[in-house]
Amino acid sequence: MTWFKRSKENIASETQKKDVPDGLWTKCEQCGEIIHKMELEKNFFTCVKCNAHFRIGSKEYIAILLDTDSFKENDGRMRSGDPLKFVDTKRYRDRIPEAIKKTKLHDAVRWGTGTVNKLPLVVAAMDFSFIGGSMGSVVGEKIGRAIDRAWKSKTPLLVISASGGARMMEGALSLMQMAKTSAKLARLSEAGVGFISLLTDPTTGGVTASYAMLGDVIIAEPGALIGFAGPRVIKQTIGKDLPPGFQRAEFLLDHGFVDMVVHRKDLRQTIAQLLTYIGG
Amino acid sequence: MAKTVLEFEKPILELEQKMEEMRRYADNPDIALEIAKIEKRVGQLQLTIYAGLTRWQKVQLARHPDRPYTLDYIGMITKDFVELHGDRYYRDDKAIVGGLATIEDRKVMLIGHQKGRDTKSNVYRNFGMPNPEGYRKALRLMKLAEKFKLPVVTLLDTPGAYPGLEAEERGQAEAIARNLMEMSRLRVPIVVAIIGEGASGGALGIGVGDRILMMENSWYSVISPESCSSILWRSWDYKEQAAEALQLTAPDLKKQGIIDEIMPEPLGGAHRNPEQAARVLKDTIVQELKQLAKIKPEKLLERRIEKFSAMGVWVG
Ligand SMILES: [Zn+2]
Repeated sequence: MTWFKRSKENIASETQKKDVPDGLWTKCEQCGEIIHKMELEKNFFTCVKCNAHFRIGSKEYIAILLDTDSFKENDGRMRSGDPLKFVDTKRYRDRIPEAIKKTKLHDAVRWGTGTVNKLPLVVAAMDFSFIGGSMGSVVGEKIGRAIDRAWKSKTPLLVISASGGARMMEGALSLMQMAKTSAKLARLSEAGVGFISLLTDPTTGGVTASYAMLGDVIIAEPGALIGFAGPRVIKQTIGKDLPPGFQRAEFLLDHGFVDMVVHRKDLRQTIAQLLTYIGG
Repeated sequence: MAKTVLEFEKPILELEQKMEEMRRYADNPDIALEIAKIEKRVGQLQLTIYAGLTRWQKVQLARHPDRPYTLDYIGMITKDFVELHGDRYYRDDKAIVGGLATIEDRKVMLIGHQKGRDTKSNVYRNFGMPNPEGYRKALRLMKLAEKFKLPVVTLLDTPGAYPGLEAEERGQAEAIARNLMEMSRLRVPIVVAIIGEGASGGALGIGVGDRILMMENSWYSVISPESCSSILWRSWDYKEQAAEALQLTAPDLKKQGIIDEIMPEPLGGAHRNPEQAARVLKDTIVQELKQLAKIKPEKLLERRIEKFSAMGVWVG
């Protein structure tokens, strides 16, 4: 029996190579190109030579996608309440302040309102750097509030996902965030308000199996890992190597699970264009 | 006597075996007296052991190979069951069964995870681990229920959605996500009962409803204790601690505001007296269906969304 090898909501990341490091020069993990920080930034944090998309956070996405200074954040200080008093090798109540200190974020998602080409939008953007972008009560609640705002104000919704899955340290409460966000999306959908889901590297586990896969239009960044189970778990289960490109954005496009794969430099234009159709 | 004896049940078994031996000499009044004494001790021991089960021990009971599964309960609590097959897209997933059934004169759509009991049937049922087509079959049946205004009853018992290559190719995540959304707006009552293992998204994929019931010795969480151990402790050896940390038992989930009701099991687990367990399950489901039948669809949906919206704990 191999069932015990299964671990879907795996917050440990499968690849942690492409984070943008501090320092002035960065080496592209994919092609080895050495790129200056300024050039990287100018190129939307993608490799000038091979187009590899570096991992960036909510702050960068908001800067890239929204009109300058249009973003108004809500619930910026909401943080986890450690409902289970969870302890593994570390106490969860210690992990949270450590993550806050390290990332200068309060949890793995930020939400607010803004505009793209002057078109209003409700935005939620996840941060993989905060405990692997894992979804606990705070992520569920903030995504939920973003959906509710979109619903009440009849404003289209954009969610930028980056997550290793559900946050184990909140047990079944984390699991229920999948139901919570999906239920609110059902209401949004009934009201005829558009929802664009942007999948970035990586989007796996409970986030994929809830709001990330429920967009009216689903966009993925090139090369992004997108799946339910992590590749390591699948490999263990089937006992075989996985084919090249498996669970990458292009693989999902090929299998009919995303609408398009869009280079980061073209995202803003694509979203603006979509909003003219499904912006209400 | 159950075929499989768990480690913590051994003291009971030893006494029972001793008693069995002595019964051969029960003609002797001294021995008969002794048997009565031991019988009493067995009773006391059972009470102490089963009342003080750790979370990991409850996980073991939830996985007990003799535990009743969905089709066993269907046999015990329904009549006129008509099984329906297939998702109409790809194939029939044997890890999820479903069909039309009558529970005490109430017509329902009943859907549940299905495990196998031996190697052969477990391969057939994929150990109760559904592929996307399982969730899509479940959704098809739920839509059918909605069309004919039949309430839906789901029974949860899975070690998880199958983490396979083809499952990913066919959109495991999309299939589960779709069900969460569609179950949230299904215009008929949904009663969910966790009867064994409720492992993560694979369980939740048929687990959104108006009332969530849980059997006393079942578990429900975001991850199995073993996988949690392997990720957070980087070793398979901390499953007991992981089970404690995850707080995954029925009383835990009641406290967290996730489930509505705990269904008591026979002493030692549902497999010790399946008929009794089935009776409780049936009575509870019927009770809930009766209550839910009075609520108008709009109100029902509003409450369902509110129910899940209220789940979670945060500060600020
Ligand atoms: Zn490169």
